[in-house]
Amino acid sequence: MTKRSIQEMIRLERIYKSFGKLNVLNGVDLTVYEGEVVVLIGPSGSGKSTLLRCINFLERAQKGEVYIHGNRVKKNEKAINEMRQRVGMVFQHFNLFPHMTVLGNVVEGPVQVKGISKKEAIETAETILEKVGLLDKKDQYPSMLSGGQKQRVAIARALEMKPDVMLFDEPTSALDPELVGDVLEVMKNLAREGMTMVVVTHEMGFAREVADRVLFMDEGNIIEEGTPEKVFDNPTELRTKAFLSKIL
Amino acid sequence: MQEFIKSFECYDLTIIYEKFWVFLPAAADTLKISAAAILVGLVLGLIVAVMKLSPYKVFQIPANLYIGVIRGTPILLQLFILYYGITGIIKLDNYPAAVIAFGVHNAAYIAEIFRGAIVSVDIGQQEAARSLGMTKAQAFRRIVFPQAFKRAVPPLGNQFIIATKDSSLASAISIRELLLKSQQLGASTYHFLEYLIIAGIYYLVISTSLGYIVHRLERRLAVSDREVQV
Repeated sequence: MTKRSIQEMIRLERIYKSFGKLNVLNGVDLTVYEGEVVVLIGPSGSGKSTLLRCINFLERAQKGEVYIHGNRVKKNEKAINEMRQRVGMVFQHFNLFPHMTVLGNVVEGPVQVKGISKKEAIETAETILEKVGLLDKKDQYPSMLSGGQKQRVAIARALEMKPDVMLFDEPTSALDPELVGDVLEVMKNLAREGMTMVVVTHEMGFAREVADRVLFMDEGNIIEEGTPEKVFDNPTELRTKAFLSKIL
Repeated sequence: MQEFIKSFECYDLTIIYEKFWVFLPAAADTLKISAAAILVGLVLGLIVAVMKLSPYKVFQIPANLYIGVIRGTPILLQLFILYYGITGIIKLDNYPAAVIAFGVHNAAYIAEIFRGAIVSVDIGQQEAARSLGMTKAQAFRRIVFPQAFKRAVPPLGNQFIIATKDSSLASAISIRELLLKSQQLGASTYHFLEYLIIAGIYYLVISTSLGYIVHRLERRLAVSDREVQV
């Protein structure tokens, strides 16, 4: 990790988000650097998923700014759509397009959004599907795949856009335990290749192995952060200790 | 008992097959009016559904008003308003009046079918599409609507059959479709039942075929639904 540049990739500034009377994010600041893998942990309802979704504006923060590569993302549709092309997202429930084949799912983004020719998109898609180990499934529909396969297709779909950063929203939480490994393996490879990643997960083993930085969130704030060793082995905050004692 | 059997003698069932093909032009009219009404209904219905789902009140309110008024009043009344009621403003021939009235009528129901189907598509689909950078329109056209359409097919088929049968009301503005044809022939020969049966057979054939076509479409759209066979 010595080669990591100090270029900032994502910067969140004082992000506030509430749903009705419920304050979910209380002015969160976060900077993610290029090539960094940041893992967000915390109890349910702590705001980790919401924070992740505020990055690509799937949730609109009431206050605060998002910077990508140091440029503030303007709050209009056009700017947001442009930003989303560079920020890939993987969802807990995969959200594959059920009416399209695996290949159709993967090429949809670049063909529709970037206007890339279908032929070219298919070539890239096949390389990426090979990488996630699903090239042989390219003509199947999502309903024929297992959860782990679906999630790997979803990762391929996001990667096909050639994003600068990938957001993972509990990517293994909806999977049967024996299928989690395949998905995590793909994510580990991505991290090794230097992809910038922000991951919300309950997979502490993954966090420990892959994360450059672990953030512990509670009640809409980042309570504690640091290397996995520091946060997992020597947490300083009581709430972090209480959370870790419950799950480890 | 003797008398009861004798009472059937006034019927001449041979008319049913002898005059069956005489109804062909009338059947063509029934088909034309129904098809046109369904087409108008589909296009207008989709527009109204999208209006109703729009976040803007300027679109929602007229769409709700439209659906409320059309569903809350009889189709025959709507037809009469178009054909007799507004002659002072615009004089419509009976065919255009029927197509517009039935089309507008069906659109209200079809709008509700589409709306229900669209909202039933998981929000995650929209989010996944938007997270790739698609515009709202792209996400709707490429991702949400194709899935919604598939779900709308069975209720749409039902509505098409209703529309076909409702086209018989065009007889009230002297369009010689199946029902009026059978009434006219019945009145001139006093063999009402025989001619009504002929009309009934035509309706049955049309709605059954329609049901079959919709069923085939359903099957074809279901290719992506096959689960893993264990």
